[in-house]
Amino acid sequence: MLFEQIMFFVAAAGTLAGALGVVILRNPFYSVLSLIGHLLSLAILFLLLHSEFLAAAQIVVYAGAIMVLYLFVTAYVGGIDQTIRRGGEAGAIGQLGVVMAGAVFVVIALAVLGSSLEALDTRGADLEPGFGSPGQIGELLLSKFLIPFEAASFLLLVAAVCAVVLARRRRGLETDDDEAGGVAV
Amino acid sequence: MDVVWFVVLSALIFAIGAAGVMTRRSPLVILLCTELMLNACNLALLSFARMHGSGDGQIFALIVMVVAACEVVIGLGLIVAIYRRRLPIDVDELSELRG
Repeated sequence: MLFEQIMFFVAAAGTLAGALGVVILRNPFYSVLSLIGHLLSLAILFLLLHSEFLAAAQIVVYAGAIMVLYLFVTAYVGGIDQTIRRGGEAGAIGQLGVVMAGAVFVVIALAVLGSSLEALDTRGADLEPGFGSPGQIGELLLSKFLIPFEAASFLLLVAAVCAVVLARRRRGLETDDDEAGGVAV
Repeated sequence: MDVVWFVVLSALIFAIGAAGVMTRRSPLVILLCTELMLNACNLALLSFARMHGSGDGQIFALIVMVVAACEVVIGLGLIVAIYRRRLPIDVDELSELRG
């Protein structure tokens, strides 16, 4: 019990620090690295919630695959130092954004605390053995949630095709420099 | 740990992500902040799955991860396309839909 609480606060501090790092750090490259730390801490929280399969998927798919994609694109585009909006009208908009985000948090927290869900203040229902295991997830995916599963696979296919179409070089969409270079070659 | 701690933490992460979307100018960082918000939703879904002791919320979280992956692919593809056309990578200046 005590160990669980210590792990929760350590992981929660990690997630919050990672999230703040994403927003505050100037260099997008460091933001991506900060998000990786955030995702790893979040996987610990998933483990505390007995979601072993999702914690593993979070580390392998998110922190592993997707973040590598981000790092490659950030390195390709160039980690230009992007300052947070400041000064003049843009600075005012930025400050308003922070205030609005604080309002979002207050509203969600009020909704949670005022929801009168009595089970919120407990550790949750008793779990059957195998809760959150790959076996249970797979069985649910192929029986009760077969249609969402197929829809997700179709969505992935569409996204892959879209990425190819977006990344393809097309005549007329490049700048004049590129076309001149292409002719010269 | 009580479930409410996890839910409030997810609300906090969501608010941080929302603040990032509203204040940052680089599309890359804005995409990262939407990832933060999606992850906050995942945490809330898993908390409620734990609260009810049913696996349905975990399937929902898994589908959210799939959608997040698709969103990343499209978003990064757009950013690379913008970069190739030598347009400024700044949402304040990319305010026209004209091609």
